[in-house]
Amino acid sequence: MNHLFHDVVFFILAAVVVVCSILTVTTKRILRAATCLLFVLFATAGIYFQLDYSFLGAVQLTIYAGGIIILFVFSILLTTPSGDRARKLKNSRMAAGLIAALAGAAVCIFLTLTHTFAPSRLSGGELPMKVVGNALMGTGKYQYLLPFEAITVLLLACIVGGIVIARKR
Amino acid sequence: MEYYLVISTIMFFAGVYGFITRRNLLAVLISIELILNSVDINFAVFNRYLFPDQLEGFFFTLFAIGLSACETAIAIAIIINIYRNIRDIQIKNLNRLKD
Amino acid sequence: MELTPIILLLPLLSFLLTGLAGTKLKPAAAGGIGTLSLALSALLAYLTAGRYFSTPRVEGVYEKIVPFNFEWLRFTENLHIDLGVLLDPISVMMLVVITTVSLMVHIYSLGYMKGEKGFQRYYAFLSLFTFSMLGLVVATNIFQMYIFWELVGVSSYLLIGFYYTKPEAVAAAKKAFIVTRFADLGFLTGILLLSYHTHTFDFGILTSGDSGVFAGAAGTTFLGCSVISWALSLIFVGGAGKSALFPLHIWLPDAMEGPTPVSALIHAATMVVAGVFLVARLFPVYHAEAPEVLTGIAVVGAVTSLYAAIVACVQTDIKRVLAFSTISQIGFMMVGLGVSGMGGHDGLGYMASLFHLFTHAMFKALLFLGAGAIIHAVHSNEMARMGGLYKYMPVTHLTFLVACLAISGIPPFSGFFSKDEILAATFQFNPVLGTILSFTAALTAFYMFRLYYRIFWNRPAHYDHAPHEAPGSMSFPLIFLAAITLVAGFIPFGQFVSSDGVAYTIHLDWKIAGGSVAIAGAAIGLATLLYRKENPTAGKLAAAFPLLYRAACKRFYIDEIYLFVTKKLIFNGISRPVAWFDRHIIDGALNGAASLTEKLSLAIRGLQSGHVQQYALLTLGGTLLIVLGILLV
Repeated sequence: MNHLFHDVVFFILAAVVVVCSILTVTTKRILRAATCLLFVLFATAGIYFQLDYSFLGAVQLTIYAGGIIILFVFSILLTTPSGDRARKLKNSRMAAGLIAALAGAAVCIFLTLTHTFAPSRLSGGELPMKVVGNALMGTGKYQYLLPFEAITVLLLACIVGGIVIARKR
Repeated sequence: MEYYLVISTIMFFAGVYGFITRRNLLAVLISIELILNSVDINFAVFNRYLFPDQLEGFFFTLFAIGLSACETAIAIAIIINIYRNIRDIQIKNLNRLKD
Repeated sequence: MELTPIILLLPLLSFLLTGLAGTKLKPAAAGGIGTLSLALSALLAYLTAGRYFSTPRVEGVYEKIVPFNFEWLRFTENLHIDLGVLLDPISVMMLVVITTVSLMVHIYSLGYMKGEKGFQRYYAFLSLFTFSMLGLVVATNIFQMYIFWELVGVSSYLLIGFYYTKPEAVAAAKKAFIVTRFADLGFLTGILLLSYHTHTFDFGILTSGDSGVFAGAAGTTFLGCSVISWALSLIFVGGAGKSALFPLHIWLPDAMEGPTPVSALIHAATMVVAGVFLVARLFPVYHAEAPEVLTGIAVVGAVTSLYAAIVACVQTDIKRVLAFSTISQIGFMMVGLGVSGMGGHDGLGYMASLFHLFTHAMFKALLFLGAGAIIHAVHSNEMARMGGLYKYMPVTHLTFLVACLAISGIPPFSGFFSKDEILAATFQFNPVLGTILSFTAALTAFYMFRLYYRIFWNRPAHYDHAPHEAPGSMSFPLIFLAAITLVAGFIPFGQFVSSDGVAYTIHLDWKIAGGSVAIAGAAIGLATLLYRKENPTAGKLAAAFPLLYRAACKRFYIDEIYLFVTKKLIFNGISRPVAWFDRHIIDGALNGAASLTEKLSLAIRGLQSGHVQQYALLTLGGTLLIVLGILLV
């Protein structure tokens, strides 16, 4: 029962991801592309939840779906005249991109499906938040305080950089 | 688990396709987000299925999300700046920045 | 003795100072620096000579002293190049000669070059030249000598081409440089051969008389001569180039394009005797290892002196006459070396040759400086524009006469003693050679007095303004050198310099001396007859032997032969095809490569479009190809 439910949810998520990511890159209106991206990100968060990585899913929702998409939407509204549509693509360009993408996808999927992975040791169960917190804030082996600090500095630099670049002269 | 990988692959190459064909800088950026996202999924999936006792993939994804937030913010700042200069964000017009 | 490096360093310093300061220095200051440093050098050289020759002999020989030596480049255990100072009788003598003549030239130039453009440059080059020449004579090893040898070459090039706006001067400088370079190639090859087989550059070891040094070369022969003979012959070729021996003499007459004091310094007194000095320096080696080469040297010297003397008889440019007489006198010295044996009376030639070098340096410098004074006064080199100058320039006239008498070999002037010794040595070696030299000596007397009469007597030319006596700075060197010329013959030269270093007392062989004086006197008489007054006989004589006269005027077409060989044979036969090959095959290949690259880059320029998306596409395509390749193979 639970297993079946799990599969159904996965197929729904998979369908959303596939359809929306293709729509994202093919739609003519940029705002629609952003919306589809939002759906892709939601579905990705769903996948994290399904993997029992609730924290990761939450981060995905807040940062990606919450933060980044807002940025996108605002910048689109700022920079794109309403009703603007992407002009018709040159056929050769589109064909080249399509062929490359399809060929790449075909190769990767073929490899994925034919490769025998090590037997899965999926144990099930939620990854406890306490473990995540300890690993993130510890300095020992398999603990990540240093990258955490690095990324905080990076974010700070990013804020400063964003302001410097975008501010009016 | 292969199915997760398949959908992330599709997402990845959709991003690649968008990156190659889009004309709008923002659309290109969106495509990059797709690519990043698909890679994140891969990390999480590999971590969960092959090494459930460890957390490298998990944290890598976590940091990648943070990084992509940074990257997007800076990229959008740059794009807005470009827009302010040339009133356009179509890639083929970017060489007007040289003027 | 310890001061000898300073003798060298003073001119170098003065060169650096005047050369670097350039026109920032006042002309008088540059001249002053050059002259003063040379004066100090000369003083030190006299001191050194005095001290050197007053130290007691060891086993009858003046010791060789190396007051300063510095190892510069070490190749192998035995083979290394040093820079140092070697004092032995001949180098000390050369120090005195060079500094004296150079000092006189420096003083003289103060007056002669006054107001010339590039006065400072002139003094810088003079100093450089003096430095190189001094370095050459005190060299402790053959390679150091070669280094300074080339320095002499380059500084003479600079001095000859001093009037670089005059095309003839530039051509002459180039000619001098190229001809001597050709000869130096022989010198270098000789050095390499010699050092390869003896494992040393050092003069001390080479001339020690120890035949073990040459043991390594024993048995190695090439075209029937031992390898040492070849090496020594090649070294002699280098010397012949610098000393302007036939047939490498062609540069010297042209080199008269330089300022006259330079001619005095380079062509008469110092540079041209470098070859003589070289042979003298290596004389023990020549004598012990390759006596046949010495004979060759003697023959070359005799041919040169005879040839140059004949040509000198018909030249009309006074400096050219002097140039050819220099060539002739150098030939004399070479003969002297060539016929010499080792030690005692056999070594008479060696001693005489160096004695002649000494006296010749003085009186030839005097002649050139006198000629300079004359040119200074009448502004022409041509005899036709002179005549009757004895009234106007008494000092120059007298000193010139002294020099002419000296070079003609009239006692008691210095040239008599030294030339007579050479004649004596030559007769002793081979009467035929001796006769040739005697004839040459007669010719010498004849052309010198032809020159003298045409300048100072004969029909007075028309002068735009009356010629005047040279200023004090120019007449002082004339008088000084004339004084040396008067007394130098009485120096007991054999006491100081001889082939084996043992003191040798000069005996005048009155049979030969008397003969040669008589011949010279007759020649002078003939010249007096022909040129004392304006006289048509000389022209008639020339007309009587048109072929000989024309050939002599054209210097026996040696230059034309050179031109023919270089222009017609080498240029057409070798250079043209090589140039064609260069232009069409090599350049063609390079141009082809260049245009191919250009076309290729134009073709692939599209790849470097700057479009990131295109790059991404290509990257992806490439990656896919690699992956597929891995999968399929």
